[in-house]
Amino acid sequence: MEHYHMNLTLKVWRQKNSQTPGNFETYNVNDVSSEMSFLEMFDVLNERLISEGKEPVTFDHDCREGICGACSMVIDGRAHGPWGGTTTCQLHMRAFKNGDTIVVEPFRANAFPVIKDLMVDRSAFDRIIQAGGFISVNTGNAVDGNAIPIDKDDADKAFAAAACIGCGACVAACKNSSAMLFVSAKVSHLALLPQGKPEEKQRALQMITQMDKEGFGGCTNTYACEAECPKEISVMNIARLNRQFLKASIEEE
Amino acid sequence: MKWKQVFASSIGKKIIMALTGLFLITFLVVHAYVNANVLFTNGEENFNRAAHFMGSNIIIRIAEIGLFAGIILHVVQGYMFEISNRGKRANKYAVKAGNATSTWYSRSMALLGTLILLFLIVHIAQFWVPSRFGGLEEVTYDGNLYHNLYARMKAVFSQEWVIALYLLGCFSLAWHLLHGFQSAFQTMGWNDKKYFPVIRQVGAWFSVIVPLIFALMPLFMYFGWEIPSGGLTFLF
Repeated sequence: MEHYHMNLTLKVWRQKNSQTPGNFETYNVNDVSSEMSFLEMFDVLNERLISEGKEPVTFDHDCREGICGACSMVIDGRAHGPWGGTTTCQLHMRAFKNGDTIVVEPFRANAFPVIKDLMVDRSAFDRIIQAGGFISVNTGNAVDGNAIPIDKDDADKAFAAAACIGCGACVAACKNSSAMLFVSAKVSHLALLPQGKPEEKQRALQMITQMDKEGFGGCTNTYACEAECPKEISVMNIARLNRQFLKASIEEE
Repeated sequence: MKWKQVFASSIGKKIIMALTGLFLITFLVVHAYVNANVLFTNGEENFNRAAHFMGSNIIIRIAEIGLFAGIILHVVQGYMFEISNRGKRANKYAVKAGNATSTWYSRSMALLGTLILLFLIVHIAQFWVPSRFGGLEEVTYDGNLYHNLYARMKAVFSQEWVIALYLLGCFSLAWHLLHGFQSAFQTMGWNDKKYFPVIRQVGAWFSVIVPLIFALMPLFMYFGWEIPSGGLTFLF
């Protein structure tokens, strides 16, 4: 792939904290390499802002290899940028060309309040997990992981669902700020396996109750979440969650 | 979990939308079936007889109460759900993803539903109200009196604004169904990778055929078209 340099105009959302209103600031970033990642481009901008004595742009990041789920950002209206199946840290500047203007916003949802600039508080996801996204295991000797035979198809589906990194792009992309894709992935990856069966009813009911309590919207099946998910989690997991919720509603007293 | 809690939850609200939606879809099939009479030879008598059956059969009259309840529930719940969902993002995006991540009609169900509702109010006032509460001419077949709904249609469908409104209603219905049909199955959990393409295909065909039959009716009446059925009575 051809290596080139570009000059860009960035419109970046700046917000002091969740209590103060934010606004866009415009920055010119010159001589950006096409081989940089999007976050490295922000590193360059921040180095410059620091050397100028200005406040750098705050953004979430950790592993920078697409597995931690820390990076966020809505880039030109797209969660994690224009590429499919990637996180912001995996988005490279070759997705842009010289002279582009790029609008960068935080993940926007009432349930994800802005901490600062592009960094949002996604602890609502943690509380949904705490409500039922686990299996209970007795203490004692470790059980042989392969002692229970598991259908290959179920194991594959569970594994695909477990690929969810909990980044929140589904919420950011959804017109209703719904967390259904996240919750459905977490429910599916446990409910498809025998170890997850004993608690499946409580899990579906409690995680949905917590999801509603956190202020996420309801699902209207636009499937924007699936289109934006960096791990390409399927909306068929949402169908499974709906099935589990309905079954649990009918059976549980 | 109590039923009250179930239907207050976000999935419960969607289950109400899906079940009422599927019920209204079955009604559309019956309505389109009866309507199709007017497209064929001897449509006047066949349609009037079919309409008489729909208006006098006790089972259908009871189902009609369910139908109105279903419409009201679908409309009220739909608006409440839409308002609630819109309130979940106080700070809007400056740049929207638009059609890059979802279809316009899947995002516009409330707007399309509103257009259908406006059409429905006019439609009910034009046909259902007079046939239930009087104001229609009568016609005699085999010594029995029947409401002449066909004559009413002829009169109503001679006005251009009515034709335009009905076409808008059918157009909105088609897009509403294109999303709603498959969405109902997804919400009820009756969906998997294996069945999704089939559900989508059936939904797409349904969304084209049924609104098309409805749209043909005012057009046939306005232009005086007719499909010759070779002397066969179409349905009743």
